[in-house]
Amino acid sequence: MSARDNILARLRAAPRSSAPVMPDVAGRLADRYAALRAPEADRFGTFRSAIEAAHAEVHETSGAEWPALVVRLCREKGVAMLACPPAGDLSAALMLEPDAPEIWGYGETMEAVKGRLFDATDAGITRAHGAIAETGTLIAWTGVDEPRSLSLVPPIHFILLDRSRIYADLLQAMTEEGWAGRLPTNLLLISGPSKTADIQQTLAYGAHGPKELIVLVLNPEGVAA
Amino acid sequence: MNAPLNYVPRSDFKKRTFAATQDPHLRQSFRSAMDFLMAKRQAQFPDQEAFEHLRALGEEVRRYSLSRLPELLEQLEANLTRNGVKVHWAEDAEEANAIFLEISRSHGATRLIKGKSMVSEEIELNHEMAKHGVDCLESDMGEYIVQLDGEKPSHIIMPAIHKTKEQIARLFHEKVPGVDYTDSVDELIQIGRRILRENFRDAHIGVSGVNFAVAETGSLCLVENEGNGRMCTTVPPVHIAITGIEKVVEKLEHVVPLYTLLPRSATGQAITTYFNVISGPRKPGEKDGPKEVHLILLDNGRSQAYADEQLRQTLQCIRCGACMNHCPVYTRIGGHAYGTTYPGPIGEIVSPHMMGLTATHELPFASSLCGACGDVCPVKIPIPDILMRLRREASHEAEPGRPALRGQGAGRNRLVSLAFAAWRTIYSHPGLYRLYAWAASRLNFLTPKSQLGWTASRTPLIPARQTLRDRLKNRA
Repeated sequence: MSARDNILARLRAAPRSSAPVMPDVAGRLADRYAALRAPEADRFGTFRSAIEAAHAEVHETSGAEWPALVVRLCREKGVAMLACPPAGDLSAALMLEPDAPEIWGYGETMEAVKGRLFDATDAGITRAHGAIAETGTLIAWTGVDEPRSLSLVPPIHFILLDRSRIYADLLQAMTEEGWAGRLPTNLLLISGPSKTADIQQTLAYGAHGPKELIVLVLNPEGVAA
Repeated sequence: MNAPLNYVPRSDFKKRTFAATQDPHLRQSFRSAMDFLMAKRQAQFPDQEAFEHLRALGEEVRRYSLSRLPELLEQLEANLTRNGVKVHWAEDAEEANAIFLEISRSHGATRLIKGKSMVSEEIELNHEMAKHGVDCLESDMGEYIVQLDGEKPSHIIMPAIHKTKEQIARLFHEKVPGVDYTDSVDELIQIGRRILRENFRDAHIGVSGVNFAVAETGSLCLVENEGNGRMCTTVPPVHIAITGIEKVVEKLEHVVPLYTLLPRSATGQAITTYFNVISGPRKPGEKDGPKEVHLILLDNGRSQAYADEQLRQTLQCIRCGACMNHCPVYTRIGGHAYGTTYPGPIGEIVSPHMMGLTATHELPFASSLCGACGDVCPVKIPIPDILMRLRREASHEAEPGRPALRGQGAGRNRLVSLAFAAWRTIYSHPGLYRLYAWAASRLNFLTPKSQLGWTASRTPLIPARQTLRDRLKNRA
């Protein structure tokens, strides 16, 4: 008998409770999230104050203006090298800006770019899949076009968020988008820069991941920044 | 990391608790940390009714998952396998370590980097790997600190909670080459960051625990603030996750109430910085992520708890640590005194299954039964009831029809059993009782002044000159 068979046999030999009923998670949490799910709820405001409380920086911008904003922030923060996703649209937009930092696209495997990513890159930029208002959380849907280390290894993380993609709560995002049937290799929820309170409960930012998280909220056309 | 490991011995529990209560630094560290954590948790649950509603759902999800545990483990295995994750099963620590070693050898790996995992502490992975020339470095800041000092964690969420920043400053200065003394927390964290980054970059294998395993999707969920868990599961070419068999839930949405409860109960945060859902190794076209992912499912005594419907509730635990934060005993003796991987109330009820009652029979008695642990538990484990049950199992034979626990009756004390047998006989026979009461009140001058443990910190018990019954008779 293998370890697997032995373990399962022991579990099967245990007394079983009568017909278990599947918990109604959505029904039981409906009240908790009702206010935030209401059409008049200020999802962006809730998102913003929650993620700012977690030490992230939030800037409202637009589809046309964000590259100039990123370049300005890079200059202010002393970013000399910025890493972009493989697709090339972000890097192309940034490279058009005057005074842009050195930019490289994550076109090769991690093994090929490890040294540059760990030791020379000051910031990474990615696109958020969406966000969650309740907890001030960004959803990162990693994959072919979104390497996961781009939001992790460089000390500064810029992330572009489409304002129309803010859900009220995690359950809403998960159920409306049917995550259970289509999860990527690595789905990430990010709610601020990396932090720790492991020394005498004193909060310190930049434990192992980014020290700064900068959210660039893209307002739809016609909404003033 | 070849520092000698000074593990706490697993005997002399009383001696250790005495030493801990005499250490003012330790008392101060735990008192202030527990006060801090209790206040932060309380702020996250301002409405008691809403908390009760949420934790009732958390309990329901955990009970439902456990009620279908064998089926869910098979479903998890099938879906993880479909996703390209290799699933291993281990009955005990030895088997789990052998799997780690085999995977390491097949890759020629000598450097492992580990994210926080209490199950890896349970199997003493670092120690076992070191015996075979495989270096296993802790990367959670707190874990890194205790490993540097050759210790084990004293709290399941905040491993270095027993240390002051000055102690950590001295430790870094002494053990890390080229580090000057600094007691600035920011500087200390940056020192840890610098050293560990090199290790994330160059390690051969990343190791992690699992907070929730989702059967329907074949996913492993990791909860953390620092980013070291993401580093360990993203950068090295191989990722090995290890978890207890009880961590599985059926549906992705079942994670929502549990993840809502976990960080609020643990550290008083509404959410952690990262929630990392891993559903397989790097796919073709993807630029990063491990090329190989393994999951080790560990039993190590959990199936013994599962075999009994009351003790099974122990497995509802989501490892938030709220029970220890609120425990008056834990706050006074700290985590190391228990001599177990899991300290505090949850440790008292889970360790007997992992280590047997022979090694742990004193633990269920290390409680005032005040009930705080049960009141704050986010999944409503009736910890005080289970403590009472284990006290019984520690000092008696198994009840007829119930299987004996490992080490059943190991705490049985002949003298105490004899005293209770005599007490039961006297108090259940009126004639004997009258005779005893008459003799005890008349001969009370014969009562010994030293009454074992009782008189260690109390005045001796001496029967009154007259029984209450006689005094009432005389009054009338």
